[in-house]
Amino acid sequence: MTHYLEFEKPLAEIEGKAEELRAMARANPEMDVEKEAAALDSKAATLLGDLYKTLDPWRKCQVARHPDRPHCKDYIEALFSEYTPLAGDRNFADDHAVMGGLARLGDRPVMVIGHEKGHDTKTRIERNFGMARPEGYRKAIRLMDIADRFNIPVVTLVDTPGAYPGKGAEERGQSEAIARATEKCLQIGVPLVSVIIGEGGSGGAVAFATANRVAMLEHSIYSVISPEGCASILWKDAEKMREAAEALRLTAQDLSRLGVIDRIIPEPRGGAQRDRRTAIATVGEAIGDFLDKLEKKSRKALIRDRREKFLSMGEKGLAA
Amino acid sequence: MNWISNYVRPKINSLFSRREVPENLWTKCDECGTMLFHRELSGNLNVCTSCDHHMGITPHERFAALFDGGVYAEVKVPEPLADPLHFRDQKRYPDRMKAAQKSTGSPEAMLVAQGEIGRTPIVAAAQDFSFMGGSMGMYVGNAIIAAAERAVSAKLPLILFSAAGGARMQEGILSLMQMPRTTVAIEMLKEAGLPYIVVLTHPTTGGVTASYAMLGDIHIAEPNALICFAGPRVIEQTIRESLPEGFQRAEYLLDHGMLDRVTPRGKLRDELISVVRMLLGLPPAVMGDLPAPAPETPETAATPDPVEPTEPAAKQV
Repeated sequence: MTHYLEFEKPLAEIEGKAEELRAMARANPEMDVEKEAAALDSKAATLLGDLYKTLDPWRKCQVARHPDRPHCKDYIEALFSEYTPLAGDRNFADDHAVMGGLARLGDRPVMVIGHEKGHDTKTRIERNFGMARPEGYRKAIRLMDIADRFNIPVVTLVDTPGAYPGKGAEERGQSEAIARATEKCLQIGVPLVSVIIGEGGSGGAVAFATANRVAMLEHSIYSVISPEGCASILWKDAEKMREAAEALRLTAQDLSRLGVIDRIIPEPRGGAQRDRRTAIATVGEAIGDFLDKLEKKSRKALIRDRREKFLSMGEKGLAA
Repeated sequence: MNWISNYVRPKINSLFSRREVPENLWTKCDECGTMLFHRELSGNLNVCTSCDHHMGITPHERFAALFDGGVYAEVKVPEPLADPLHFRDQKRYPDRMKAAQKSTGSPEAMLVAQGEIGRTPIVAAAQDFSFMGGSMGMYVGNAIIAAAERAVSAKLPLILFSAAGGARMQEGILSLMQMPRTTVAIEMLKEAGLPYIVVLTHPTTGGVTASYAMLGDIHIAEPNALICFAGPRVIEQTIRESLPEGFQRAEYLLDHGMLDRVTPRGKLRDELISVVRMLLGLPPAVMGDLPAPAPETPETAATPDPVEPTEPAAKQV
């Protein structure tokens, strides 16, 4: 069943009508409704295209968090072969909010690491809604170290509301773990490519996305704070999230203008959730393309490239 | 009202009506409620003389007490683009900036300086919590990069005093990007083999803790400082239970292995001198209040920036 977002209600009505007609026709084989149903279909398609062409930042947030959007696990299963999960931080635990391991993209071995949100109640709880604890970041550090030692490029898939704000997470050094992961991203002498596939939530995202090349899906977001959080602090009213989403400039389009990301990966009409296979394939092409170019660079050049990229970031503001 | 009174009055006002008498001669300690006379309080580095509660201290006050004779040279910080996102909440970001500049008298939330402590040349950076919660935006990022660059070029250790609510939301994603940016700066120091000491002061939270504040060779915190990634209120809302006594305070972090030491403000200077000199393989320092270094010392002479000697701090005997 399609999960409709609030702003998709008019669409839900049209698609619902078409579905009703077809259900009636199935019950009475002599009824011919195909013409009417097809008309509704084309009306729905136009509406869908229009809605998604002009998504405002708050709607983008909703699409980025859409439960049917392909998640890290879906990308890993579809894009990579021989995926071999590697678990644990060798210290305390294995964090299920972060998945990662060796895999092949085509023939090329890579280390893939990403946040996984889960797709139903059971897996969402198991994955802690994609909110990593220190163990998750320390696992990522360990995997990046392996990749660095054996000269394997790293691909990170970012999709997290943020790092987990819990008692144990704080006690075990959530800040230190994030800081070290960011530092590790800057240190490794292998290509590091990052794709923000849904939500890039604050420090929890930066820890994976301090990469040579960062791409964002067309309707994904990347922000210092959630619009709800920002609204409750600056507007003293969590209901002002629309205004906050607007002011924060968290869309792929704004981030590209600011020079924070390198590429926007287009999504199928109606968002990645409406055509998961196409969305996943497009992401795969972008990763392959980035890696082809980066693999020609020396270890030193890759490290320098990353440093210079972040040092010069923000110099031009929206004029970039 | 004619144009002359309009034009002249503000200037005269600002010349005569302020300064002379400090507005608040007495400060109430937020912890024990004791009324403290301003001179007594500043003489004790803004630490309550009755309960040892550490109150906020501005970078200028801190540096005046830290450097020999209270003398240091400010390191220039490249000015970033103002209001890069054209951010507006209930107020415009440039208006918030102006208000903060007016109330603090500082251009931004971090001060970088070079000078000597116990005759040991260092670079120091201090964050100003009174300036928009010390929040980390492009300027703070630039300040840390400038501090690291100066430390590397002059081959000096860097001591950083952190105090911030986190990233500056009004700079959106660009404030978040200061996490990797400042991490690059710390990398440069480490590569050059220079000590990087972080003094975590109240409060150090959010993206600041999750970047440069937790990447020091040595972490020292002031007593009872709140140090965390997510604040206690956010955590209570998430886990829906109350948190233990002293949670996320300096002593709690020390117990959980996140800090090397918790040191009262009055003892920080001697401890920093001692640690830095040992890390650099220098002989023990002459401790105590030292006069400003002679102007001809090579360290000062090598400083290209104009030396702005500040008033020697009021020292207690």
